[in-house]
Amino acid sequence: MAKLIVNRLLLGILTLFAVSVLIFVCTEILPGDVASAVLGQGATPEALVIFRKELGLDVPSYLRYWNWLVGALHGNLGVAMTNKRLIVDEVMPRLGNTLFLAAYAALIAIPLAVGLGIYSAINEAKLADKLSNILTLIAISFPEFFIAYLLIIAFSVTLDWFPSLATVFPGMPFGDRVVQTTLPAITLTLLVAAHMLRMTRSSVLAVMSTPYIEMAFLKGAKRGRVIVQHALPNAAAPIITVIALNLAYLVVGVVVIEAVFVYPGLGQLMVDAVSKRDVPVIQACGLVFAMVFVSLNTLADILVILVNPRLRHKR
Amino acid sequence: MKLFGHKPTTSAWFGLVVVTLFVCLALFTPWLAPYPESANIGGTWDEPSVKMLLGSDQIGRDMLTRIMYGSRMTIAVALAITSLSFLIGIVLGFLSAVVGGWVDVLLTRLVDVMLSIPGLIFALIILGVFGSSIPVLILTIAVLDSTRVFRLARALGMNLTVLEYVEAARLRGEGTWWIIRREILPNATAPLMSEFGLRFCFNFLFIAGLSFLGLGIQPPYADLGGMVRENAAAINFGMMAPIYPAATIALLTVSVNLVVDWLLSIEARPSGAQAEL
Repeated sequence: MAKLIVNRLLLGILTLFAVSVLIFVCTEILPGDVASAVLGQGATPEALVIFRKELGLDVPSYLRYWNWLVGALHGNLGVAMTNKRLIVDEVMPRLGNTLFLAAYAALIAIPLAVGLGIYSAINEAKLADKLSNILTLIAISFPEFFIAYLLIIAFSVTLDWFPSLATVFPGMPFGDRVVQTTLPAITLTLLVAAHMLRMTRSSVLAVMSTPYIEMAFLKGAKRGRVIVQHALPNAAAPIITVIALNLAYLVVGVVVIEAVFVYPGLGQLMVDAVSKRDVPVIQACGLVFAMVFVSLNTLADILVILVNPRLRHKR
Repeated sequence: MKLFGHKPTTSAWFGLVVVTLFVCLALFTPWLAPYPESANIGGTWDEPSVKMLLGSDQIGRDMLTRIMYGSRMTIAVALAITSLSFLIGIVLGFLSAVVGGWVDVLLTRLVDVMLSIPGLIFALIILGVFGSSIPVLILTIAVLDSTRVFRLARALGMNLTVLEYVEAARLRGEGTWWIIRREILPNATAPLMSEFGLRFCFNFLFIAGLSFLGLGIQPPYADLGGMVRENAAAINFGMMAPIYPAATIALLTVSVNLVVDWLLSIEARPSGAQAEL
């Protein structure tokens, strides 16, 4: 088992490396180069030369990639093109905000989704199950901002319980922060919980059709007991994978939610950088997002190895 | 009434009717819209009235007209993306399954790496460098989306390529392209069709999301995500303006999903089964 985990960790690092190459290549292999793409066709040759130098484009690309990677590993993500500030200083507090929001949403979403998923698996084809099927389908098909605006109209315009803009600043008391981020967190919860619920339900039901479950029923065990005691340990692995996938989606889904609630997170920074075409900042944000995403997936796979009953004993 | 030899459920009927309405709307927008696309009729965010059924937008254009033109634009772009993505994904996926060897290894690894970062982040990186024009948008999202189609097509192809009739075609000396087109594709149409619906929904939401962020389809074109963004400020005055375009997006995606859900439930049943749902 230890070997499996080490393998998975190495694979995670390898993936991250491949992703960093991909992010770098995406901003490199262009018709022309970054400088002419960003400055447009009307740029004078002098401006192009200066701009290339500023970006370090006068050095061969493999060297630039190496410098970028080494810098990133040392916590130096470079300098922003537009305001000449250190990118790390902008990224870190915003990453903190984004992770806070994602964690808040996850804390509500995971117990809710897994619980309701198991509940509708127990009540398969009954009213509760059918209702949850149609409601989750609707929640999945709604765009993020639609849910967000509906919530704003209900809880902020009509009831005036929560603010419609999530303003946070460093040194804010924890309680205030929670109140401010409640609406975005609920929006995110609705988005990911629906998907998690459906997957939990289907992975429990997949296990339910195996012979050993039939055996448990034939022994006379109650449906609830069979599901919790017999089916869940084997359904845990797919459920964990789904949770991780959705947590990773949470971190990305925040990009749109942050825009709706004007929340100072990493997604906002990246969107701003894209509209200003600030390539170093885009690369840095992309790398940080990819890191969070890959680590969550790696963590999930390791958990799956740990909870799998079949891998507990040496063969 | 039966479709594909099956009776649609109530929710499937709802989906089918709405999707058909949207298709008609997209095809005949200029004749159906009450006003020209960019005519200023009223003031900023006028209340809905008989003259303007959904009120007006942030610069006094008729909301209903804008939604019609916006739907047309967003649907067209999403369809273009999904078609291109299926073209790329199916060709490469089947090729990977039929040819195997290093082609398969290379393509699968590339797709694995591309799928290991979220599509939105990837799209943002590319749009940040290339800038956001409609061809760039279509190409970027199509390539990103084709990775999912590739996986499905490859899995389907893998199952089909080991069957006797494909083997027979090979022994007969047919070329790879012929095998893909005449032996594999016809037998993989059903699952690919429902996947097309799902991918369309996903791409529709994706493009709407990008436009909402201000990085998708740019003005002067009307598009649903962009309209939500432009009218977003109205929400602070308790006005419904951004809700209308957002609800339009939701209505279309829910409807397509309902149809797909029904199609999937047909496939899940053994062939020939006519169980009523």
